[in-house]
Amino acid sequence: MTVEVASDIVGARISVNGQGVATGATNLAELLSELGYAGRRVATAVNGCFVAEANRTSTCISPGDKIEILAPRQGG
Amino acid sequence: MNAFEPNKKQGAHAHGLLTVYDAVLGSRLFLGTAQYPSPDVMAQAARAAGAAALTVSLRRETARGQSAERFSELIRGVGVRVLPNTAGCRTAREAITTAQMARELFETDWIKLEVIANDDTLQPDVFGLVEAATTLAREGFKVFPYTTEDLGVAERLLAAGCEVLMPWGAPIGTGRGLNNVYALKTMRNYFPGVPLIIDAGIGAPSHAAHAMELGYDAVLLNTAVAKAGDPVRMATAFANAIRAGRVAWEAVLMEPRDMATPSTPVAGTPFFDLRPR
Repeated sequence: MTVEVASDIVGARISVNGQGVATGATNLAELLSELGYAGRRVATAVNGCFVAEANRTSTCISPGDKIEILAPRQGG
Repeated sequence: MNAFEPNKKQGAHAHGLLTVYDAVLGSRLFLGTAQYPSPDVMAQAARAAGAAALTVSLRRETARGQSAERFSELIRGVGVRVLPNTAGCRTAREAITTAQMARELFETDWIKLEVIANDDTLQPDVFGLVEAATTLAREGFKVFPYTTEDLGVAERLLAAGCEVLMPWGAPIGTGRGLNNVYALKTMRNYFPGVPLIIDAGIGAPSHAAHAMELGYDAVLLNTAVAKAGDPVRMATAFANAIRAGRVAWEAVLMEPRDMATPSTPVAGTPFFDLRPR
């Protein structure tokens, strides 16, 4: 499934948590903001590699990137 | 050791409180937070258990999802240290990335390291486990590896930098208790100074007490409490069983005998001399 984030955005097609997304964001911080995660406590990874919160602005988004956005959950 | 002398192990799991890495823990029960009938019951059970730590995980979150915020708030309210896991990871790389994400999210360098090999048994992939433990320990993580009773794997985990081992009692969620008592006894005897925590497979308080009677330092469980008819009361039962098992181990259990031996003194038995010979 592809989620169009904004109709006027013509940008990179990426995957966020397993779902296709078209984004105009150029870096990870912008992407989180665009998707509505601003201010949310989440952890991120790009293409299987952890990206610390402090490095999100300097982490570029490229077509085909696979982004994981994780949050706390119950566990055993 | 003199059989009449109380067990007082030296070092990491000395008499009384359990020390794991840099933490002195007031309880020997690690409790999972999943599968409860409601968040409120989970919080009540955690309090009733007097848990040393609560295991938590990370999962994909939608931008509109509120469950993560509510869960975090609930855990903060319980006021117990958390032990994030890497549940569901199939490779060392997945587990390493998940651990790094967990460290940032939960602000702890503790990680319950799971690398799963098999869907049916949820058996640890011990090769991936050692690989991930090596990397994570080098990065400063305090790794709690979910492993088997294999002594060779255990030695490699310790060499990798793990200061605690968590062998399974039985496959995750089965509630079958201690499947391989012989191997668990061997492991306990082989690593007298290493904190050992039974992780997974515990179904009843008696299983937990048995683990503690074998000299294990703590027990980690989830389903047995979460899926009980009354999770809060069951949490209390486990807390009591673990305390009882620990005290029993410290007090030293009697050696089993093959033949019956009367408890009541034989001397002075009435009618003894009237019995036909």
